[in-house]
Amino acid sequence: MSARVTNVILAGLGGQGVIKASDILADAAVRAGYDVKKAEVHGMSQRGGSVTSDVRFGSRVLSPMIPRGEADFLVVLAPSEVEVTRPLLRPGGLLLAPDFVPEAELANKRCLNVALLGALSASLEIPAAIFLEAIKAALAERLHAVNEQAFELGRARGARVLAAAGT
Amino acid sequence: MTERRLLSGDEAVALAARDAGVHLGTGYPGTPSTEILEAFGALGGRAQWAPNEKVALEVGLGAAYGGARALVTMKHVGLNVAADPLFTAAYTGVSGALVVVTADDPGMASSQNEQDNRRYAIAAGLPMLSPADPQEAYDYLLRAIELSERWSIPVLFRMTTRVCHSKSLVTTRAAPPAPRAPRFERDIPGRVMVPAYARPAHRRLRAKLAELAAFGETSDLNTVTAGDPALGIITDGVCALHAAEAAPGASLFKIGLVHPLPIERLRAFAASVRRCLVIEEGDPVIADALRAAGIAVESKPEMFRFGELDVGRVRRILANDLSVEPPLPKGRPPELCAACPYHPVYATLRKLDCIVAGDIGCYTLGVMEPYRAMDTCVAMGASIGVGLGLRHVLPAEQARRVVSIIGDSTFIHSGVSGIMEMAYNPPASGHVVIVLDNGITAMTGQQEHPGTGRTLEHEATGKISIEGTTRAMGIETTVIDAFADPAGFERLLVERLAAPRLSVIVARRPCVLAAADIRGWEKAAEASRSSAAASCAGCAAEEA
Repeated sequence: MSARVTNVILAGLGGQGVIKASDILADAAVRAGYDVKKAEVHGMSQRGGSVTSDVRFGSRVLSPMIPRGEADFLVVLAPSEVEVTRPLLRPGGLLLAPDFVPEAELANKRCLNVALLGALSASLEIPAAIFLEAIKAALAERLHAVNEQAFELGRARGARVLAAAGT
Repeated sequence: MTERRLLSGDEAVALAARDAGVHLGTGYPGTPSTEILEAFGALGGRAQWAPNEKVALEVGLGAAYGGARALVTMKHVGLNVAADPLFTAAYTGVSGALVVVTADDPGMASSQNEQDNRRYAIAAGLPMLSPADPQEAYDYLLRAIELSERWSIPVLFRMTTRVCHSKSLVTTRAAPPAPRAPRFERDIPGRVMVPAYARPAHRRLRAKLAELAAFGETSDLNTVTAGDPALGIITDGVCALHAAEAAPGASLFKIGLVHPLPIERLRAFAASVRRCLVIEEGDPVIADALRAAGIAVESKPEMFRFGELDVGRVRRILANDLSVEPPLPKGRPPELCAACPYHPVYATLRKLDCIVAGDIGCYTLGVMEPYRAMDTCVAMGASIGVGLGLRHVLPAEQARRVVSIIGDSTFIHSGVSGIMEMAYNPPASGHVVIVLDNGITAMTGQQEHPGTGRTLEHEATGKISIEGTTRAMGIETTVIDAFADPAGFERLLVERLAAPRLSVIVARRPCVLAAADIRGWEKAAEASRSSAAASCAGCAAEEA
């Protein structure tokens, strides 16, 4: 387990499942044995406004908020949020924009949040099996199969990109 | 038995309340505090919404007079509403435990101001605990109950948006000894605050505070992490975590009991380091207190009074960097939901060029484009008084365009007293109040209130009729669904604005986000009402 803190920002619009995705990621990190902190601002987001959620994990996490420009990963669910949130990413950090997983390949486009988590998971040390446990724990049983498929789809694309980048 | 779970600060407070056997939790919904009572109820605690924060605090106070453990929750501005009983409850003290959560919102993620409620602890003379994260929220709530019982005093519990809504791992601990069974013990001089009894009560309060100050000098609620003597940081709440990350090697004095302050320990700490800096969000409350005590500390520059702090801003404070900060990412602002039943109301207000005294709730979003149909928004319930004041002084042509607009939960919270004022001191031009009744406290995430006729946990209970209330005060009241009949709503409003009379229009249609849930809750509530009626042979016989 790496000692340094991994910083992930998830962003999108109210109703897109940003918070659900960050809950799944945080739970997966807990299951993998990390110290975890997660922060977001609730309140107005239900009215369709922008939502961002910070998830930090490592051997010990202090502040719940990711310092600006220090996110290792930026996962964005809405095209309109890509440019506004880009300054949150550190130089060399990985941006996963909504079109990273083509909508046409998703059985249900509401699973974009989980598909992008799959793409992210390819770059993290947390095993896929742990992510799948966290997905099942967070969602109703009838949603398990479609989200598992979305996760695997995203993970496969994420792995291809990593391989292409030679990491 | 201990367990380790990922919890928000709000959930951690609820869990601690459950573990401590809190008898009663009450409050009024307000971001970021709302989830505490919802979680407490879900854990099996007795949780209820009050019409407003003042009533909530009074109910909690009564419970604590009766020897119970009580938890009262509200957002920071809610404590303004509850301040009247709070200040005198400090004099009376309590027999059981009373913990009052104030959830501050530095940066105003979802609030109308960023007042710093640490000032209430000083003003009322009450101890205040300030947790940094969910683990401390859990631990400190147990400690707050202990302090409240040990000193027979209400305890303020200050959280902030980041403490309430961030999640981290929480390990539960052994709870304090089980509460005593509630029991009334008469104490007239201690509880009846006529001047003759209140004068000694004030002295008792100050004596308790002196004891609490001595307690703070040695308590583990205040901790020192020894580090580089070149830099000492004095801090509280979530800022302690930002500071520890921004300056990992520094000496750190983290204050958990923020009132009364452990002044002598802080004096020794400040003397032990070469540079001593106070890192606190909001007002320079700690820095001012230390300077008043003759302790030389650096306070943050004035620009950091505004907004919340984070690691980056703490680094700037440490570097004394006063350069202009990059703006926060500007995302899409919130707006009225596409299918919100209030659209036709705002379209009409805009069309008729009304002067709109607005109020607090999601309908405040009527101020956004395309309507821009709100001219004032100050405090819960203020729409009615502000509208009346405008009517009293504006020239006739303007006065007759003034409308007050208020939501259902806000009407129950404190709009009712505005209606009394309207009936008692009517403006010459009359007045029109529109109650936007979507059947739920929508802004904070669909909480029940006395006007819905269902409890916090959505069970059937007494129901306050908004139109029944205004009619009982002699105000002509019409109920309309403006969404189903926008033309009818416009005709009605034009007619009411033309007449120099007092009137209330209740624009009623369920919140689009809550409608399906409301139908489900109401069906269950209806079933329990009718089964209760069926099992009561007495009434049935009487009606027959």
